[in-house]
Amino acid sequence: MKFLKDKILELRPLFKKGGKYEKYHTVFDGFATFLFTPDEVTHQGTHIKAGIDLKRTMFIVVIALVPALLFGMWNAGHQHFLSLGEFTGTGEGFLDKLIYGAIKVLPIVVVSYGVGLGIEFFIATKKGHAINEGFLVSGMLIPLIMPPAIPLWMVAVATAFAVIFAKEVFGGTGMNVLNVALVARVFLFFAYPTFMSGDAVWIAEKADGYSGATALANSIGGDPGFSLYDLFMGFIPGSVGETSKLAILIGAVILIATGIGSWKVMVSVLAGAGIMGLIFNAIGANEFMNVPFYYHFFMGGLMFGAVFMATDPVTAAQTEKGKWYYGLLIGMMAVMIRVFNPAYPEGIMLAILFGNVMAPLIDYIVVQANIKRRLARA
Amino acid sequence: MLFLATDLISIFVKSIFVDNMIFAYFLGMCSYLAVSKDVKTALGLGVAVIFVLGITVPINWLLLNEVLKEGALAWISPSFAKVDLTFLAFIMFIATIASMTQLVEMVIEKFSPALYGTLGIFLPLIAVNCSILGGSLFMQERDYTLAEASVFGLGSGVGWMIAIVAIAAIRMKIRYSDVPKPLRGLGITFIITGLMGLAFMSFLGINL
Repeated sequence: MKFLKDKILELRPLFKKGGKYEKYHTVFDGFATFLFTPDEVTHQGTHIKAGIDLKRTMFIVVIALVPALLFGMWNAGHQHFLSLGEFTGTGEGFLDKLIYGAIKVLPIVVVSYGVGLGIEFFIATKKGHAINEGFLVSGMLIPLIMPPAIPLWMVAVATAFAVIFAKEVFGGTGMNVLNVALVARVFLFFAYPTFMSGDAVWIAEKADGYSGATALANSIGGDPGFSLYDLFMGFIPGSVGETSKLAILIGAVILIATGIGSWKVMVSVLAGAGIMGLIFNAIGANEFMNVPFYYHFFMGGLMFGAVFMATDPVTAAQTEKGKWYYGLLIGMMAVMIRVFNPAYPEGIMLAILFGNVMAPLIDYIVVQANIKRRLARA
Repeated sequence: MLFLATDLISIFVKSIFVDNMIFAYFLGMCSYLAVSKDVKTALGLGVAVIFVLGITVPINWLLLNEVLKEGALAWISPSFAKVDLTFLAFIMFIATIASMTQLVEMVIEKFSPALYGTLGIFLPLIAVNCSILGGSLFMQERDYTLAEASVFGLGSGVGWMIAIVAIAAIRMKIRYSDVPKPLRGLGITFIITGLMGLAFMSFLGINL
């Protein structure tokens, strides 16, 4: 570590004003502060003293995502071998599955980070502002919501699209209106639907003849086809990070304990989904409506979306009351799309985007109502 | 009766979300882009559009079916039974829309001069708002009944209002964002509209 620090101090003058590589000082600063706490302090203006900064916030979310990522790798291998009929027990062939999954999943992570950070560095250098750590989380979320069999170039295209059109044109980190990772996924979903939905994509190198249908696809017939235990533990085909609800709940605990994810959003998304599920159970007009409402929590990406994507502090509703409405809207929309829309088996992705679009309006209404109430009191 | 009610509800919901005037057809974009800087103004224009669409679509339906269609004038004398005036549909629709817009303009000027001031030229321009003529033409094309036409007009108006109010709130939120210079104003609004269109695609293909 001492060596690295000396090296950075030695190189620093080159990137200072008037130095040889002045243009790239943002990239240099980005790396230097990534490794070490900078000794620079604010020179003017208001100071806020807090242990938490953007980098730390982002890192806690990434740590919260690690269980889902690790499980996702193992599960990618597990599903692959399951389709071949090898190591069918969950306890067998642990290392084979993990290594196979890592070979499938890690390149997606690398591509997503490489493309996204590359664009961020380029734009930061162009604009001359500091690199922010905003992409750390998005870059981790993108691989987790991709099917394990996705071609890498698609990941690259989608990441580039999302970072440029959903984030940089709005002015970078903290300014985006829609969740960056979701824009990447929705882009692929509409541009290359055959790679993002259907029964074939959820298992890497699936054996022919093995069904590979997800619980949501099965539910159209009225039977999810997996036990609640399998759905909860995540021994099911699906996107890399979404399968294990246990791993997601570990992440949720980390987010709530550190105060980074809003528990209100998580609870209200699940509540909205539950309410809508109960309503459909009561109507019961087709087979899907008859699927018990609690299955909705454990199928597909609802839990993942509720914990990691709906809670995105930038795109969610900012007002405390607004968070409840925002979450309820997402949960209800998600289940509604699942049940009503034959074109999309999973609704949470579009529901969260819809919630993102509506969040500023929800905030506006909450704030205006507050103003009115307080005026009336005065 | 029950079937009729579900049919109407289905048309209403579909015209708001699935066939949203802005996000599914990109109609009525000019005022949508120009008046969406502030939620209050957007809401005012949205209500005006709901009113005009909700009134003109049924009126145009009556015009079309009772006056313009082949044989509609047969009650005057049998010699009119072959008269087909549908080629006049465009101009008649526009005439209805323009007169309704005049009405709205007068009402708003009387009751809310402030809103009248902020809407400015875009209030009379409702007369040439594509979503309103579009509403009447969709009505003609899809062969709605009178009840369906009224519900469709109202629903399309509500959908348009939701779109403009939502984007106005977003534009207020990003007012202080560091948007790249060439994209400020209309450019970023187009990008937001496209992204919102992606979010609204969640409704695409829903069959109620």
